[in-house]
Amino acid sequence: MGGMSKTVSKALQQLGLLIALAPPAGAAPPPQDTLAQRLQACTVCHGAEGRATASGYHPRLAGKPADYLYQQLLAFRDGRRHSPVMAELMAPLSDAYLREIASHFATLDLPYPAPARPAATPEQLRRGEQLVRRGDPTRGLPACAACHGERLGGRLPALPGLLGLPPDYLLAQLGAWRNGQRQAQAPDCMAQLARRLAPEDVAAVARWIAHQPVPAGLRPEAPAPLPEPCGAQP
Amino acid sequence: MKALRRALLALLLGLLVFAAWVTWMNRSPVRAPAVALAVTPALVERGAYLARAGNCLACHTARGGLPYTGGRGIETPFGTVFAGNLTPAPRTGLGGWSAEDFWQALHHGRGRDGRLLSPAFPYAAFTQVTRADSDALFAFLQSLPARERARPAHALRFPYNQGWALAAWRALHFRPGEFQPDAAQDAAWNRGAYLVRGLGHCASCHAPRNALGGSRADAALAGGLMPVSAWYAPALGGAREAAELPGLLRGGQSPRGAALGPMAEVVLHSTQYLSEADLQAMARYLGSLPAPAQPEPAEEKRPQQRAARAELGAQLFTQHCAACHGEQGDGQGLYPPLAGNRSLALPSPNNLIKAIRHGGFGPSTQANPRPFGMPPFGHVLSETEIAAVATHLRLRWGQGAGGVTELQVLQTP
Repeated sequence: MGGMSKTVSKALQQLGLLIALAPPAGAAPPPQDTLAQRLQACTVCHGAEGRATASGYHPRLAGKPADYLYQQLLAFRDGRRHSPVMAELMAPLSDAYLREIASHFATLDLPYPAPARPAATPEQLRRGEQLVRRGDPTRGLPACAACHGERLGGRLPALPGLLGLPPDYLLAQLGAWRNGQRQAQAPDCMAQLARRLAPEDVAAVARWIAHQPVPAGLRPEAPAPLPEPCGAQP
Repeated sequence: MKALRRALLALLLGLLVFAAWVTWMNRSPVRAPAVALAVTPALVERGAYLARAGNCLACHTARGGLPYTGGRGIETPFGTVFAGNLTPAPRTGLGGWSAEDFWQALHHGRGRDGRLLSPAFPYAAFTQVTRADSDALFAFLQSLPARERARPAHALRFPYNQGWALAAWRALHFRPGEFQPDAAQDAAWNRGAYLVRGLGHCASCHAPRNALGGSRADAALAGGLMPVSAWYAPALGGAREAAELPGLLRGGQSPRGAALGPMAEVVLHSTQYLSEADLQAMARYLGSLPAPAQPEPAEEKRPQQRAARAELGAQLFTQHCAACHGEQGDGQGLYPPLAGNRSLALPSPNNLIKAIRHGGFGPSTQANPRPFGMPPFGHVLSETEIAAVATHLRLRWGQGAGGVTELQVLQTP
């Protein structure tokens, strides 16, 4: 009996020790070795899992076509897009890893936030919608939807969706295409198209897009011929 | 009046003697008659390996440019120097060069036309390379596809853009001389010394520099603050560092930290491709150098302020860092441990400040193709908060390292 109680008390002692060693309630579990964990460097700006937010400058990554994301990572690393932070982060990474990173964010399927709806005049919204849906033949501009998809959800393999992006980001990108700050593989279709936009058209397009809610289940469309030759989308 | 005239005369005489000495030190080297190189596939392959060892690609390729076509700007405190086109392009590259021309550049720091080359091309180290290795490198570079791409003109400020200034610099800091093996040491030590001092040009970053940008010979590999980028290249030497060196150079990480910034680039383009024997040889040589002395912590002028910073830093650490690095700084088996991490104990806090502010990935290597990334916390933390976290880390795990002030954070690009 005495031996038995000794064993029990020893077991209880060990249990007590185990309880003492266990992390306190509420402590985060230790990180696991996953690709998402390796990519914590991305999510501090682009939001948890590449979700981003409706405000600010950093674009959403989740659900964009993998080839598009891959081309952007290469462009930051190789100097066709300019962001010191992105360039420094991408500098020591191989093409193979960049492709993996792109695929990781492309496969994420997360709900979009509500549209930011920046201040815009009715005239701006009317002009914006016209350019996005129908283009402007007098300026040689095809509709944005002709390439980026009828629902603006992007087109495989490499054209990004336009909805759910921060308004500041949209404006900055169109400006950067126009003045050559942002470049893509030749023929650089977006640079040529952005230069055909009047300055007030840039604001109109960016504002109208930023007003649109993102429909549920929005996905990039199947590949199709484009109105302009595009290096990024062969 | 007489004294002044005498002083002026002495000054003039001194200048004349200096000019004569500079001219003598820069006299044209003897050129061997051009002999056609017997190029074999094996020679080209050896040259390709040596080009990796010298990390020629990193400087001689512009961002997004074609390999070895040059054009990358090397920023120095004296202006920007642009690397040349090493492909055999006839107009803008090494087309029409002979192996002797190449030797003149590598060993004597002179262009094909005899002009003095900028020491941003580290010929102070490459002069150690043997003629046989120089020929192999040349054979490899000549085997590349010829691609024309003109080198942009250097953008150096006066007086650094003057020929006489370069000549004077060379007379003061450059002595051509092939590597001489040390008979008292074994073959591995000598191979390591040859790679470290020669093609590896480790001293370009890891040796302190004087005001004229010359490496101080008295303090070889004692650690140095890199100009412009302000990364601190730690001292090399000591048995403990040496034991971990092959792994760091092969995979980009050691049990006590990861290569970030310029060293990540070196591992990415150069050292991960070196043979195990060469990595061991470099470790053997560097392990024989004296271990870096632990720096005296700077006298703290305001200990109370430092204590307050450290306390704030400890809170921020729990909030932002502990989830990955662990509350005890052990890295939780995935991340670089902070306890014992050398970056926290360096004389300069710059690398720590940069790691917190800009984050960064280690290099993708064959041994570690998918490195972890540290987030750029400059998007989340203010300069005051970065100083606080850095102070907490250095006081807790820096083995006697001092705190970090907000001013130091502001001064680190």
